[in-house]
Amino acid sequence: MKPEKFWRTLDEYSNFDEFQKALRDEFVSGVSEEPVGLGRREFLSLVSASLAFAGLTSCAPSIPEKIVPYVRAPEEIVPGRPLFFATAFPLGGFGLGVLAESHTGRPTKIEGNPEHPESMGATDAFAQASILSLYDPDRSKVITLGGRISTWDAFITEMATELEAKRLNNGEGFRILTETVTSPTLASQLQQILKLFPAARWHQFEPVNSDNLRIAARMASGKFADSHYHFAKADVILSLDADFLLSMPGHVRYAREFTSRRRAVPGASGMNRLYALETTPSITGAMADHRRPVRPSEVPEIAFRIADALEGNTASGDAWIDALVRDLKAVRGKSLIIAGPHQPPEVHVAVYAMNAELGNLGETVEYLTPIEANPVEQLESLKQLTRDMQSGAVDLLLVVGGNPVYTAPVDLDFPKHFAGVRTRVHLSLYEDETSDLCHWHIPETHYLESWGDIRSVDGTTTIMQPLINPLYGGKSAYELLSAVLAQPTRSSYEIVRERWRLDEKVWRKAVHDGIVQATSEPVEIRKPDWRSLRNSKPANAGAGWEIVFRPDPTVYDGRFANNSWLQELPKPLTKVVWDNVALMSPDAAQRLAVSNEDEIEIKHDGRAIRVPVWISPGHAADSITLYLGYGRTRVGRAASNRGYNANLIRTSTSPWLAQNAEVRKTGDRYAIVTTQSHYSMENRAVARRATVKEYAEHPDIIQTQGEGPPRDLTLYPEYSSEDYAWGMAIDLSTCIGCNACVVACQAENNIPVVGKIEAGRSREMHWLRIDAYYQGDVHEPEMLFQPVLCMHCEKAPCEPVCPVAATTHSNEGLNEMTYNRCVGTRYCSNNCPYKVRRFNFFEFHANEGSSMTLLYNPDVTVRSRGVMEKCTYCVQRINHARIDAKKEDRSIREGEVVTACQGACPADAIVFGNIADPNSRVTKLKAEPRNYGLLADLNTRPRTTYLAKLTNPNEELRKG
Amino acid sequence: MAQIFHRSTNTLSKVSIFGAIFIIAAVAVGIGIVIRSPYLTEARVVREQPVPFSHKHHVSGIGIDCRYCHTSVEDSSFAGIPPTKTCMNCHSQVWSDSPTLEPVRASFREDRSLQWTRVNDLPDFVYFDHSIHVHRGVGCTTCHGPVDQMPMTWRENTLFMEWCLQCHRHPERYLDTRGKNIDSPRKLTNCSICHR
Repeated sequence: MKPEKFWRTLDEYSNFDEFQKALRDEFVSGVSEEPVGLGRREFLSLVSASLAFAGLTSCAPSIPEKIVPYVRAPEEIVPGRPLFFATAFPLGGFGLGVLAESHTGRPTKIEGNPEHPESMGATDAFAQASILSLYDPDRSKVITLGGRISTWDAFITEMATELEAKRLNNGEGFRILTETVTSPTLASQLQQILKLFPAARWHQFEPVNSDNLRIAARMASGKFADSHYHFAKADVILSLDADFLLSMPGHVRYAREFTSRRRAVPGASGMNRLYALETTPSITGAMADHRRPVRPSEVPEIAFRIADALEGNTASGDAWIDALVRDLKAVRGKSLIIAGPHQPPEVHVAVYAMNAELGNLGETVEYLTPIEANPVEQLESLKQLTRDMQSGAVDLLLVVGGNPVYTAPVDLDFPKHFAGVRTRVHLSLYEDETSDLCHWHIPETHYLESWGDIRSVDGTTTIMQPLINPLYGGKSAYELLSAVLAQPTRSSYEIVRERWRLDEKVWRKAVHDGIVQATSEPVEIRKPDWRSLRNSKPANAGAGWEIVFRPDPTVYDGRFANNSWLQELPKPLTKVVWDNVALMSPDAAQRLAVSNEDEIEIKHDGRAIRVPVWISPGHAADSITLYLGYGRTRVGRAASNRGYNANLIRTSTSPWLAQNAEVRKTGDRYAIVTTQSHYSMENRAVARRATVKEYAEHPDIIQTQGEGPPRDLTLYPEYSSEDYAWGMAIDLSTCIGCNACVVACQAENNIPVVGKIEAGRSREMHWLRIDAYYQGDVHEPEMLFQPVLCMHCEKAPCEPVCPVAATTHSNEGLNEMTYNRCVGTRYCSNNCPYKVRRFNFFEFHANEGSSMTLLYNPDVTVRSRGVMEKCTYCVQRINHARIDAKKEDRSIREGEVVTACQGACPADAIVFGNIADPNSRVTKLKAEPRNYGLLADLNTRPRTTYLAKLTNPNEELRKG
Repeated sequence: MAQIFHRSTNTLSKVSIFGAIFIIAAVAVGIGIVIRSPYLTEARVVREQPVPFSHKHHVSGIGIDCRYCHTSVEDSSFAGIPPTKTCMNCHSQVWSDSPTLEPVRASFREDRSLQWTRVNDLPDFVYFDHSIHVHRGVGCTTCHGPVDQMPMTWRENTLFMEWCLQCHRHPERYLDTRGKNIDSPRKLTNCSICHR
């Protein structure tokens, strides 16, 4: 049985001439162009000059290198062997337990902490990329007063005067604005400040917050409560526009738990089924067995209809809902309903009722007291602050982290009122929009530079330990608040150590493990009455455009805007890099008579922004998605003036959904770079899928979707393998397309970024890419992600064409690339059917700035210009394991070599190991009938193989 | 019409054609000699160091084991250059006022590292691991030469790839492989054994 055709872009879907032309061209247009701003002649003269100089240098003995040993060697540091330290990566106030790798004092890589319940050894793209921010040369480096360089002492002196005055009036007019605080130490410091200055106020604000959940919990129980989900126990899951696999706090654990039930391994418990209602196509929607695009204003009504049907009152008259309800009812106590944090409180109340009705409480859903130190409705908190600033009641404002001038809803006029405060202090990693409006700017320490503590979504606390002294002399939030408490000389260590009051032995263990167990009290939320809400909320079925705001999948709310790894990371579905776009459905684009890259003007509440259009298959009708985090005006080289600023039409009355917006085509165009159309594989059976039922009935269904030649049909000699034969299996059933592997690979293998223009010429350097495939109708397509890296073909087409034997085969089955031999003919890349080889056209690393050299993994060559490079299966890790094993006269153990992509994967979709060992996990996976090689018909015998995607659709809803 | 070229031109042209071959060959050989000359390879050339440290004195004179200073040679890719503290273990007692050792004492006093000049410098795309070579029975002197006879340290070998491959292709010539599990030359010459 041949499945429906897969497609990757709309051009391919409609088979436009341009797509056909692009297929015929040997190279992507522009890939062989000269560098920007450098003419051909200039380029040639530079090249010849550099050749001449290179010739000269070869005539002289090399410049002697220095070895700089310690004066007194610290214990445990052995040069050449990395150390790992447990700490936590903070995002939105919540921590993700990680292990940071350190090479003689230089942090170089983030790995998950296997002991930490939120990480379970995995990470996400943000955590992986956070190491780059540490070394970012654009980070703020000095304390400034009014834009002029100042000192910590000068700041302390001025603060002392200010605070002396505040002491006399009880702190009247003194305000502190923080982001979400879960840190026990920071919270106790803030409480002390509030005690010292009783009239002072502490406000919290993050642009991406869980206010709606807060309001809903209060409506349902009178108290604040956090919902905790246990996806591993759920057989049927309904997501009401909740992107729990990527953008919700706790998504790493959710991804691990959710995908643990997506494996069709014999003997494993049954596969779960995910129904998703969503406006914006997300990776969660892509994983759904049934995905239904809905306009944002329709979600509450649908939620109510489902709730109604669940209580057995009426058949909803909608086949989709009826089938869903039957499915949910069939697995009482083993279903899970989750709503996105941006959904209005009414939806969350309905979700409480539905989960209660289904008996999920205490099973798949738990309600616990919030782990935040002082949970508040953050938008309300910011509004209050703004009102007080407006009335002149604030004369000293400390902004601890965050960038409210950029992120505050536009209707609050935050910058204007902010500028009216007499003394404004800002602590942040970058000199940003808020710093510009502040008197004092204090550079903040990166989380790898300071002691601290933070809690995870599940309540576990991690004591964060620094790996390096502050590179740019920053101060931590603890130190700043300590200065307010008139103890300016206390270090973060002293502050955190004292707060914990632990016995030295217990403290050391807590720091070492990165875990302090903590429990939260349960909160009782009985089945709330949602019906009254239904009536109070008029269904908005207006015909106007609906605009939804979402955190960006790579730069989040803008805090990672200057992180070039995340900027160049293709967004999960659109694969757009270095920009944000306005997503809309193909029909909406047709209605507006626009196509990709056309600029539109969106007007809401009297404010307008101009944004480029990107047509997104599967997007809900008559609605547009805008991503936050771009259009930064003041941050660093990577981020400034890139994309559009969605905050400019985001108001406090509708922070997630703007209704009745006016949209018109401007006639201008804005160039967008997407990697989605790069490296097309032209309609071959590259991505394969089947349903669980089909697979159970016909286990060979995957094999029959494409054919491979018989094993003995080859002219090339067999490679003999003595002890190890490395191979990889990637499970497409569990790959959620979250990009963690892509950034992990970049960090591990010193992969440079190339910038928007070069990426537009298909020169991106990622060794590992994730191809997104669509299948079926353009309005409701099914989606599939496929990570593609070097296949390490046993009969590799790249090897025979290399004129200088720079790419060869090892007898362990690795397709090796020897950089210093490569002369850059690019024949290998041309002959690679998978298009996984990357050519370093320019010395991309040279543009990065000197502090970036500290980031390099010393175990991997930093490649130069003119050299081909590609995935090595993390050969440096294999070699380390091999050497360690040999020293102990044993073989490499199963699981001893973990590639960077495998280690980062929250879904455990990538399995690497020795296929010569019949008991290894990878061998067993490769023996499954759904295992297939990419383009196996070419007889390349790839060592990387894929396990076809299995879905578990409800038979009632199957089309046809 | 008279001949343009004199008869002797025939001989001249023959000689110059054959000569050219010999000249090119000579230049090639010459380049080969220059590339392998100590001037370029720096093999057996003594390096300037901040302190004139004599391996001869410390090793054959006093009898200190290599691993007293190069502590990580059995555990890590890098053999380790001793911290100043190691020098001061003895030199706080012996030769404690020698002017030659002033840089060492200054380093210890001011907590500033000594900057030694690297003698055995591999290119950055080569990943050599001391620990596995030592474990497989390659003695220090096999590569580093008679260090115990060096008053000032020099590099004994060229560190050319062909030099590495002599052993990687024929480990039995350099190692006592009896009863030892030495990998096959095929495996030892995988590019990724050293390049990654």
